[in-house]
Amino acid sequence: MEPVALAVNGTTRHLFVAPHRSLLETLREDLGLTGTKHGCELGECGACTVLLDDTPILSCLTLTLDAAEAEIVTIEGIGSITEPHPLQRAFSTHGAAQCGYCTPAMILTAKALLDRNPEPSQQDIADAIAGNMCRCTGYLPILRAIAAAAEAAR
Amino acid sequence: MTLDPHIGIVGRAAPRVDALAQATGNLRYVDDLSFPGMLHGKILRSTQAHARIATIDVSAAEALPGVHAVLTGRDLPVAFGLLPVSQDEHALALGKVRHVGDPVAAVAGSDPDIAQRAIELIEVEYEPLPIITTIAEAIEVVDEPLHGEGPANNRHREVSLDFGDVDAGFAVADHIREDVFFYEGSNHAALEAHGAVALVEEDGRLHLFSATQVPHYLHRIAAEVLDVPAARIRVTATPTGGGFGGKTDVFSHELVAAHLARVTGHPVKLVLTREEVFYAHRGRHPVLMWVKTGFSDDGRITAMWFKTFVDGGAYGSYGAASLLYTGQLQTATYRIPAYRFQGVRVFTNKPACGPKRGHGTPQPRFGLEVHLDKAAEDLGLDPVAIRERNLVEPFTTTVNHLRITSCGLAECIERVVESSRFRHKHRNLPAGQGVGFAVGAYMSGAAVPIYFNDMPQSEVVLKADRGGGVTVYSMAADCGQGSTTMLATVVGEVLGLEPSELALVTADTDLTPIDLGSYSSRVTFMAGNAALEASRKLADLVVTAVADQLEVDPDTVSLGKGAVRAGDREIPWPEAVRIAEAKWGPLVTTGTFRPAKGIVGDYKGAGVGPSPAYSYSACVAAVDCDPETGFVTVDHVWLAHDVGRSINPLLVQGQIEGSVHMALGEVLMEEQAFRGGLHNGPSLLDYKIPTVLEMPQVESILVESIDPEGPFGAKEVGQGPLLPVIPAVVNALHDALGIRVDEVPLRPDKVLAALQGLARNGTARYGPATIPGYPFRSPLPVEPPPNGTRA
Repeated sequence: MEPVALAVNGTTRHLFVAPHRSLLETLREDLGLTGTKHGCELGECGACTVLLDDTPILSCLTLTLDAAEAEIVTIEGIGSITEPHPLQRAFSTHGAAQCGYCTPAMILTAKALLDRNPEPSQQDIADAIAGNMCRCTGYLPILRAIAAAAEAAR
Repeated sequence: MTLDPHIGIVGRAAPRVDALAQATGNLRYVDDLSFPGMLHGKILRSTQAHARIATIDVSAAEALPGVHAVLTGRDLPVAFGLLPVSQDEHALALGKVRHVGDPVAAVAGSDPDIAQRAIELIEVEYEPLPIITTIAEAIEVVDEPLHGEGPANNRHREVSLDFGDVDAGFAVADHIREDVFFYEGSNHAALEAHGAVALVEEDGRLHLFSATQVPHYLHRIAAEVLDVPAARIRVTATPTGGGFGGKTDVFSHELVAAHLARVTGHPVKLVLTREEVFYAHRGRHPVLMWVKTGFSDDGRITAMWFKTFVDGGAYGSYGAASLLYTGQLQTATYRIPAYRFQGVRVFTNKPACGPKRGHGTPQPRFGLEVHLDKAAEDLGLDPVAIRERNLVEPFTTTVNHLRITSCGLAECIERVVESSRFRHKHRNLPAGQGVGFAVGAYMSGAAVPIYFNDMPQSEVVLKADRGGGVTVYSMAADCGQGSTTMLATVVGEVLGLEPSELALVTADTDLTPIDLGSYSSRVTFMAGNAALEASRKLADLVVTAVADQLEVDPDTVSLGKGAVRAGDREIPWPEAVRIAEAKWGPLVTTGTFRPAKGIVGDYKGAGVGPSPAYSYSACVAAVDCDPETGFVTVDHVWLAHDVGRSINPLLVQGQIEGSVHMALGEVLMEEQAFRGGLHNGPSLLDYKIPTVLEMPQVESILVESIDPEGPFGAKEVGQGPLLPVIPAVVNALHDALGIRVDEVPLRPDKVLAALQGLARNGTARYGPATIPGYPFRSPLPVEPPPNGTRA
């Protein structure tokens, strides 16, 4: 076990983790941040996406030890049921979640996009979420929700 | 059934009741649960496709520190199966394995790494047996069939039915056409893998949490296999991260987690890996099919003969029903005066197939709709005209005894053809571009339950408390389709309360009255009707108590938004509830749903297909195909769906768009295919599903035929819209390049093979040439319904 300091959602957490522990396991099992989802263990589905220094990364393919010193943001860090982030509200309003399993990752990916490109085109939005699979919605309400959140922020 | 315009909750596009919980990561799926002292379960799966288990040595696994228990087949020897006719599975293999991935042994370890190491220490000695992986092999007699003693073939179930005078129907035909098609299997690929958590509660009862669409069936089967009275087991269905039918069976890992919790005394979590999900499967059956239809010169169907060869994989699962579904719903869209259906489901050494969105009907619907497209060409008719000439009519009974009620198919066709400008585009687009058309129908719930019983299929309990709150209790399991929101909308509409004002307790066998589960698109129709009845009873109690108090005629009292109205007086709902509780005591009401009597025919096989109502869809797809690469791109889909009444248009549209996505995966790329007994690519890296970049524009058109028995007139939407999309795309490819690919998915290599055939010798077709010469039993004659096909 190795000592590590992780900056998660604005708080530094001191942990001991095995060198092979993935960031996904640490977030979910050691820190109880279960909003980050496990979908495929191969980095293909995108359900485990979190932000590392504002960049979406696949937490299932990231070793916890490699995430030290970065600012980690999970879905729990951007809003709550009582005070949702505008993207969280837009996803709700536009029916962008059905089963909801891909939703936290989709919202974080969208947040990273809007933070660096506040006026994305439809193609920019599609390109941004191309690595996040959704099996329920056919992606269309997700595109609408992200476009609406971008529009509202203007 | 009139809607009070003052309330207007039904018909309003509104978010799911749990939308913000989902968007904030607060919805708790099964893998998000943990309990103090929880162990982690892991299943050892077969590396062999077909083998006898000579020995299993678990001693090294048991000796590993941190291992609490090791199970093998003998620990759970009771055979089970979802259907009473197919009790052919064991929680862990007993004596024999039948596919790669068949569960063999299981462990509970103090952490996932220890559990993984422990299963690697289990030594299994297999005696390999010859394997069967194709339909052609499975119908031959072999020494070692998958089930039972040889020599025998691997037939699981067979059906052979004659409705009306089929030979006479062909005899009067002016034109007869035959076609052969193949539809590859596919996996549900829900983003959430299956999982279960089990623990023994303080009272000694077993509590099983599972990502299941069918808590009741899991409850029943867990009681049998674990040999514990059902009353000592509580099943809680967690919100599922996608179902699509994939969580409709009872799985090894659920029973194993439960038993491990009992023997260790610890909570146990067992979540499958993605690879295990592909091997647990229960997805779309591969189907080889043959169809022959007689037509009059003007395109009217005189008779149809449909044969299906259904590759079931290693176990029965829902297969006896799946087989019947490959033949039963052809008549739901077209008036077929005489119909013969013959089908056989076989066992092969591959993971068992089961229900996936559309259960057994997308395959024949694909075959039928492409077949009709070809027949239209033969007869010089346009593809829309040939369908319109044969459309089933509302309030009729089909030749195979399906009672059709509301039917908006004609309107679906008209609207989709118009908005896509199909007639303008068909045969008029540049080479490489094309449009295709098809229709479909699906059930709003199976009229017959999985096991025979006289009890209601869905029950809802409502309880109002003196603070004004109303709690809705229903076993309906939300698999993402929005069943909980539907319940809240129906109850809210009647009581004048916002869905967000209701408390919803669902999918728990201790807390909620029966709902048979989220399958066969039954929940809106059945649980919705039960909720409607319970709501009306509660409304009655409140209204009569208020009328009593005010000394007015109850007929002058009505429910409005958040209040009871009597003349010009408005009593706020909480106050009205207190008045009612003072008069009646506890305010608890119930509602039930049973399908209408007499809608199920009385021939063997008649139980599959009948539904209280059918949804209808029509689709136009526009495709682009590059003849150099054979790569097909779908650019635009128009989909009109008769949903009866749209209870929540936002969720209805979501089901349509999601169905289109799943259909496009099946028609363009998805393959649950095997080499020997090994899956071609059991990962989301190799098993391709469409990403956002493959998703076309979708124009959803809602048609409301207002079904006389549906809640507020509603019918299903979760499955039906998938059906016509697949043949519409295949027909569009023909329009684009003049080739026929009679097999899905439309892989580029198949498109290129058809193009090469066209260039070489004018054979513009890729697909299976023939069907096996299987000796079907002679068809059982079934008299058409007394009122004929035109009631």
